[in-house]
Amino acid sequence: MPDFIPSRRSLLLGGVAAATGLAAIPADQWLGFARAWAEAAPWKPEAGAKINLLRWKRFVEAEDVAFMAMVQAFSKATGVEVNVSNESYDDIQPKASVAANTGQGLDMVWGLYSLPHLFPDKCLDMTDVATYLGGKYGGWTASAEAYGKSGAKWIGVPVAATGSLLNYRISACEKAGFKEFPKDTAAFLELCRGLKKNGTPSGMALGHASGDANGWVHWALWSHGGYLVDKDDKVIINSPETAKALEYVKQLYDTFIPGTASWNDSSNNKAFLAGELYCTNNGISIYVTAKREKKEIADDMNHAYMPVGPVGKPTELHLAFPILTFQFTKAPQACKAFAAFMQEADQFNPWVSAAQGYLTPFLAAYDANPIWTSDPKVTPYRDVAKRTLTPAGIGTLGEKAAAAVADFIVVDMFANYCTGREDLKGAIAGAERQAKRIYR
Amino acid sequence: MTVVDARAPLQVSALAGAWQRLRSNRNWLGFWFMVPAAGFLILFLAYPLGLGLWLSLTDARIGRGGSFVGLENYQWLSDDSVFWLSVFNTLLYTFVASVIKFAVGLYLALLLNRHMPFKALIRAAVLIPFIVPTVLSAIAFWWIYDAQFSIISWSLRKLHLISENINFLGDGNWARASVIFANIWRGVPFVAITLLAGLQTVSPSLYEAATLDGATAWQRFRYVTYPLLTPIIAVVMTFSVLFTFTDFQLIWAMTRGGPVNATHLMATLSYQRAILSGRLGEGAAIATAMIPFLVAAIGISWFGLQQRKWQQGGPNND
Repeated sequence: MPDFIPSRRSLLLGGVAAATGLAAIPADQWLGFARAWAEAAPWKPEAGAKINLLRWKRFVEAEDVAFMAMVQAFSKATGVEVNVSNESYDDIQPKASVAANTGQGLDMVWGLYSLPHLFPDKCLDMTDVATYLGGKYGGWTASAEAYGKSGAKWIGVPVAATGSLLNYRISACEKAGFKEFPKDTAAFLELCRGLKKNGTPSGMALGHASGDANGWVHWALWSHGGYLVDKDDKVIINSPETAKALEYVKQLYDTFIPGTASWNDSSNNKAFLAGELYCTNNGISIYVTAKREKKEIADDMNHAYMPVGPVGKPTELHLAFPILTFQFTKAPQACKAFAAFMQEADQFNPWVSAAQGYLTPFLAAYDANPIWTSDPKVTPYRDVAKRTLTPAGIGTLGEKAAAAVADFIVVDMFANYCTGREDLKGAIAGAERQAKRIYR
Repeated sequence: MTVVDARAPLQVSALAGAWQRLRSNRNWLGFWFMVPAAGFLILFLAYPLGLGLWLSLTDARIGRGGSFVGLENYQWLSDDSVFWLSVFNTLLYTFVASVIKFAVGLYLALLLNRHMPFKALIRAAVLIPFIVPTVLSAIAFWWIYDAQFSIISWSLRKLHLISENINFLGDGNWARASVIFANIWRGVPFVAITLLAGLQTVSPSLYEAATLDGATAWQRFRYVTYPLLTPIIAVVMTFSVLFTFTDFQLIWAMTRGGPVNATHLMATLSYQRAILSGRLGEGAAIATAMIPFLVAAIGISWFGLQQRKWQQGGPNND
């Protein structure tokens, strides 16, 4: 097996580079950088160190290929063996939780949202890595600090975010009367109504889809001024603003393609690419796939920020990917070295390029990456790390907020009302009751 | 010195005698034969069960031990509409799926018990749904029920029987029916093949005698097959009910309890609360709440089994 894997990877690397038209990154060039880096880095991996790393399963193939090339360069330069396993979005957290609870199996997890905050006591202090990277690359965004820090301590290193932006078909929106994509929630509802009337419906996931569903329902709640908790972490979900958000989403939901209550994170990708769905919230993965397989859809689609609601300012939740190290790892120095190496310019830039907009770094210096201006349809994704709030909203991102988002409290509140399982009061009361138990 | 010398052999012989007696004692020997099995049971069944019970009385979270909170978790659940929905779903799922699995399984077993060409091959083919890994079949069903790409919706649309896709997994009742159907598909072979094994133990001479007495096909089934089959029916249905009641994979792979908890079973809700949102104590309480139901299910079949003892003949005839 060890003989087989590198050759398969190099095959893939070649194949994808050819397919996407990206210049292949010479592996030896990376290795040269990696060797020099390992010499100078402040973290000296333990002898014979091994890292078991779990990451989310890629939506953009070239991104994964570049990631594995980076891992390989790191391994060769430092002698640290890195085992990478992949799990789908929804399966990352249970595996990480089990490892956290049993104290074995994994050393590092590259997961979603507030994962490190679910078990802050089990995360290794990464403050030195975060300080090093922040100092070297123009500083962290505010959202990165919220995601990475527990108190004054960094318990995870935010690597990148993927934007939850509206993906829409240009021709369908024009036909519905919108030459330009709507900038506010009222016009957006009009657009969705028009799309439904023309038989070119919109749709956003309302099932337990960690990325997509959380992304847009939090936007809907916040854009109307509703929040699960206030800045002192007091539960304030039971408010007239929440009720307005629910009414708004119900109207939106009535224009959706049927079945969104059962959607997971990949459902909208498939429906959009099959030409059945004309507007949805997603990362750039639909566009990347369309460019390769469905040219006519790629040419006819574009991306827009989530419309601004009655509160008058953007309220977006994008999907952050922080990496954490368990404090029970036998190789803390190797893990820190790896976390730092991931975001060093010489290899992070090619990797971000390979992701084609799927990964938006949290470090200011990477705004200059040419991928953001290579294609105007990619540019909106450049700023998502700066624009995003955390799942805690205006509250503190910590264990409680992490539990609330993992339990899909806000998603279920909207789904309960939209599907008619609960009335307005019942849906809010259910969410409030659950939130109060978590935030007690 | 001499005293010791005199006493030592005596002690040894007494010890040896006791050892000799013990060694020939069948109960003592039997105890040691049972130790490995008991060890396994205690380590892998009793200990986790006890741990689960204990966890359900604490506020343990992932990655950190909890402190004792008494019945707080149960109090919270007793007032939790999602929990009661999951109880309802579990009972509905178990009842409907088990009844249909039994009916279809018995029918299939009776069919397969007849003489027909390629008998062995057909019997083997019937087992396929049972052999396919649950998650694989669940994913296949997930595709079959997909909101946009369902083969069923597509076919019906092409036949102009419906104008819009059926919302299989997006509508609560459709979703319940869909997962129950998938469970039936998976569970029927187990029931059918086991009942078939039972059918084959029924002596043909009984049927001959019944036929000579002028019994109709229905009477032969009602008064010969059915009574002789009841013990095995009791066993099969016990297992079937237990498997269905504790089902997890099928639901998790297809709906994850959605849409809006409409297909959450107690097992999936327990996982959702314990592992996903990290509240081990609450999850353990949900899992523990399954125990009374399971004990009741076992009890019913067990006592059903006891009553039928006379049918098996043997010394307990009364």
